Parts: sequence; structure tokens; C-alpha cells
Amino acid sequence: MTVNAQETQDRPSTDRIEKKVVVRASRSRVWRAITTAEEFGAWFRVNLEGEFAEGRTTRGRITHPGYEHVTMEMLVERIEPERYFSYRWHPYAIVPGVDYSAEPTTLVEFILEETEGGTAVTIVESGFDRIPLARRAEAFRMNDQGWAGQIKNLARYVS
Amino acid sequence: MSRSRGAAAVNLTEAVTVFAALGDPTRLSLLRRLSVDGPVSITRLTEGTGVTRQAITRHLYALGDAGLVRNARRGRERVWELDLKRLEKAKRYLDQIAAQWDEAADRLKSFVEDE
Repeated sequence: MTVNAQETQDRPSTDRIEKKVVVRASRSRVWRAITTAEEFGAWFRVNLEGEFAEGRTTRGRITHPGYEHVTMEMLVERIEPERYFSYRWHPYAIVPGVDYSAEPTTLVEFILEETEGGTAVTIVESGFDRIPLARRAEAFRMNDQGWAGQIKNLARYVS
Repeated sequence: MSRSRGAAAVNLTEAVTVFAALGDPTRLSLLRRLSVDGPVSITRLTEGTGVTRQAITRHLYALGDAGLVRNARRGRERVWELDLKRLEKAKRYLDQIAAQWDEAADRLKSFVEDE
């Protein structure tokens, strides 16, 4: 299945990412999938403990293959029922043994709007300019290794 | 010439927000100069700024420490230029996180639609 996700920003930016996807489901259904910790975990691939609440941190182990060593933390910032959900986290905080807690976080926002045929979900992650350049370069290297591993998995799977 | 200037301008657009994080107007204008003019000597960077050569030098080294600019010898003088490779890396980092969001959005869509 393909997704109608695209960058909707006009000019290139190093600070933010914006994605928009149209889901064929009611706004309340999509809202539940995003703001119920258990349902969020099912599609995001993380085993979250506890529920989301403004000002509360929810943690959990990532279940995405290759990232099972990572514990993810989401500090929920704002919940406006069926319209807006936001949290802060450390982007790409996947290097074992690194304490990211003193580093700046990025803000992730989900914005829901009713649209023809379903619900438009806009996902914005911003604040990357505050992330140290060295950390960004490191994430890039990690990803290179990650992809090498994925290609090996694929080769094993098809042979 | 005009082509490389165009490329530098695009990188400036991407980079301005990075630089803004540094929160210093003098450094920001230095980076803008380097983006538009390409490699420039300290003497030329100092001209007409009302800032001392020593201050400009200090700012350039601060930017160099952040990996945003570098200096090279050109003929008899030393010139400063943007380190586009570092900026490019910052952009690729974002592309990679954007790709992860594409996949996550795809899974969200399947999760809600396939029930």
C-alpha cells in the first residue's frame, strides 16, 4: 500500500519535517489510534507503559526490528480532543549507552482535519536546528549501517 | 559562476535556520556573505562592517568549530568558505527522519483502515 505522504513546506529547512497523509477513517477513529498509548504503540512499534496525559512522560521499548534495544520516551505536551496532539522526544536516540537526557528535544505534532473520504493527518517534527551537528552526523552513520543490515536481511529472505 | 552562486543560495536557505540557532547577528551575516560571495578573505569580510578584524576572526573560528565554515589558502591569502559537506549532512539527517515518518504514517494508515 502506498501513502499519499508528501512534504508540504515551500522552502527547504533544516529545522522541520512536515508530512500529510489522508486516512480513510473517521476523525474519532484516527484520534484513538494516535492518542491511546496502546494503539499508538501498535502502529508505531513501541511497547508503551501507561496512558498519555499532558505533562506526563510515557516510556516503552521499541518493537521495530533492529531497534529493540531502544527505550523511547515521550513527554506529552498538549492534547486537544480530536484535533491536536503533541509530544517532545529525543530524535533518533538509538545509540546504546548514550544519555540523551541533557540534549535538546524535538516537538512532534499531529493535526487532524476532516476531509473528503476521511481524515487528513499532518505530522510535523520541528526543532532539529537545536540538535548538535555531531549528533546529526552520528545518526547518519548509524543509518548507513542500519541499511547495510536491512539489505543483508533482504538477501537472506529472498534467497 | 552564476550556477555555483545559485547552489550556494539554496544552501543558504537551508542553513539560515541552523545559523539562527547560533543566535549571533554578526555570525549570521558572515555566513550570508560567504553564501553569496563564496570564498572570501578576512580583509574583505571586515570591510564596511564596523567590526574589528580580530572580532571577525574570532567569529569565523567559532563558526569553524561548529563545522559550518572552513579556511583554505588561495594564492597568497587565506580565504574562508562555507563547509557545504557538513550542511549537506544535516540535510540528509532530516531526509532520513522524514523517511521514517513516511513509514510510520503508512503503518498508521494500514492500522486504521485494515480493521
